[in-house]
Amino acid sequence: MSAPATVGPPPLWPRRVRVLSLGDSYRLRIDTRVLTVGAVLAAVAVGVAAWSLTVGQTELSPAQIWAALTGQGETTVRRTVVEWRLPRVLMAVLGGAALALSGALFQTLTRNPLGSPDIIGFNTGAYTGALLSGVLVGGSYLGTIVGALLGGLGTGLLVWALAMRRGLQGYRLIVVGIGVSALLAAVNAYLLITLSLEQAAAAAMWGAGSLDTTTWSQLVPVALALLLLAPVTALLGRGMGLLPLGDDAAIGRGLDAGRLRVWLLLVGVTFTAVVTAVAGPISFVALLAPQLAVRLTRTPHIPLACSALMGAVLLTVSDLVARTVIAPTQLPVGVVTVVLGGVYLVWLLAARTRKA
Amino acid sequence: MVTTEAGTAPAAPAPAGAADQARRLEVTGLRIGYDARVVVDDLDLAVPPNSFSVIVGPNACGKSTLLRSLARLLAPQRGTVLLDGADVRSMGTKELARKVGLLPQSTTAPEAITVVDLVARGRYPHQRLFRSWSAQDDAAVRAALEATRLTALAPRPVDELSGGQRQRVWIAMVLAQQTPIVLLDEPTTFLDIAHQIDVLDLCRTLHQRGRTLVAVLHDLNQAARYASHLIAMKGGAVVAQGPPGEVVTAGLVEEVFGVRARILTDPETGTPIVVPLATGAVIAES
Repeated sequence: MSAPATVGPPPLWPRRVRVLSLGDSYRLRIDTRVLTVGAVLAAVAVGVAAWSLTVGQTELSPAQIWAALTGQGETTVRRTVVEWRLPRVLMAVLGGAALALSGALFQTLTRNPLGSPDIIGFNTGAYTGALLSGVLVGGSYLGTIVGALLGGLGTGLLVWALAMRRGLQGYRLIVVGIGVSALLAAVNAYLLITLSLEQAAAAAMWGAGSLDTTTWSQLVPVALALLLLAPVTALLGRGMGLLPLGDDAAIGRGLDAGRLRVWLLLVGVTFTAVVTAVAGPISFVALLAPQLAVRLTRTPHIPLACSALMGAVLLTVSDLVARTVIAPTQLPVGVVTVVLGGVYLVWLLAARTRKA
Repeated sequence: MVTTEAGTAPAAPAPAGAADQARRLEVTGLRIGYDARVVVDDLDLAVPPNSFSVIVGPNACGKSTLLRSLARLLAPQRGTVLLDGADVRSMGTKELARKVGLLPQSTTAPEAITVVDLVARGRYPHQRLFRSWSAQDDAAVRAALEATRLTALAPRPVDELSGGQRQRVWIAMVLAQQTPIVLLDEPTTFLDIAHQIDVLDLCRTLHQRGRTLVAVLHDLNQAARYASHLIAMKGGAVVAQGPPGEVVTAGLVEEVFGVRARILTDPETGTPIVVPLATGAVIAES
């Protein structure tokens, strides 16, 4: 297996890429840099997640955490860890990954680092859905989730329909998305006024994006979405490698670019809508994670797995900060990610201006 | 080095079995355009198998539009594009891309992509769900890089190459696709004269090795020099076609391009050379 697969000198692939021979015909191309970045990000995500379990009103030792996870130790500790902290940390990991994948899909679809679902307005649309459900059926928990999900998907469809003209074009999608997002923000402001004070407060809490009250049952839709859609995303991945070459070149290679875009939009919106429905709009993870990942891996296209891992790291770190920075008061994690994203946007603008 | 070349030699005549089973590409009753603006109407054209066909004509005569519809980048409003007698619309996108390759007019390489990575993406129509890379893919990429003299540059980023080298990379990507038919939309635009000749020589070599080539070119003299079959278009219609020696006449140049010219014979190749008259060459557009 370790036999050199490329036939003789000179080497075709740069040193970071290894081509392994598996059998007569099968070849496996491995980008060692992507592999390394992925491994480091996975280790950081697991490390931060584990550390997060120890942090809280009662500091717990790693030994106590381990005991609780394996079903031993005191009942109160076990409840704290398994019922409260674990679902929250898992939500940060899975939700971060789902948001990052959504961002990776949208940025590939629009060929633009700003083409992320939070910029295009699906977050705002999900919020509209949540508020509408508050107005129509009262602020029940299930109603908020279903409303947010429908709102996010509905906004996706609306933006798609408005941006569609001789195929789906990335730039149009962004411009139309920003417009729709602005309109929906106005609708949201109006809806907040019409709600009762109590409902408005609950809606605003949800609207800040928080993992405070995550329960195991909330984790289910996010885990399910990842389980079902991650393989779909992986299948779309190969075609996604052709989109950056431009439509003519991609279609000339046999890619149905129009159909791929529709798939990217559908899967991307679903990822965002599911996370937003259970945790509220958490901005900028989708924008930031793929861009950080591509800078680390230095690949010509956005690396999917590394983006997902980066999203997991970003959201677990953000949640840890949100829990500890002004403890015992907890900040909504959305506030932390907005600060992160703001810094990134300013940096991006500055870097672009310097280049121009 | 020598053994390497010998080792890859069997894969070198890249379009596997292309020479013996020439593909027929033709259009019948074709109408193409953008929304209400019809560029080409009721066009019938058959590309001779195993030819190096070059389409020439003034700006906006529909030559690039025609090429784009041959590659199915543009759906015809009426009529059909036929490959071996079958409507290309009835084929899968990947299936068509295994038979017809396209070098688009404007290309953008993603940042930081290496030569070999870009060329490898030409293998997309041959890849299957659970086999992302195979020995055949490897051999095709190697042969394509060899044919375009890019083997030594393979691990380098495309950004670092010159314009002429970059165009060779894109041609290599189309070659790695191993299609019997290759369409090239103005492959020499933006290149200096040496790189233009380099690219056209490469095209001629590909043609001699058995591929059918269809190219759009701006330079009439280059077209006459390299084409085995010249197609002259004006106003969305084919005015004349055939061997350059028969097609390129003073009358045709005047009719198609609106230029009065003398036709000489290229002392190097025996093909016609168009020399515009010293005064009064351009006929005022009516």
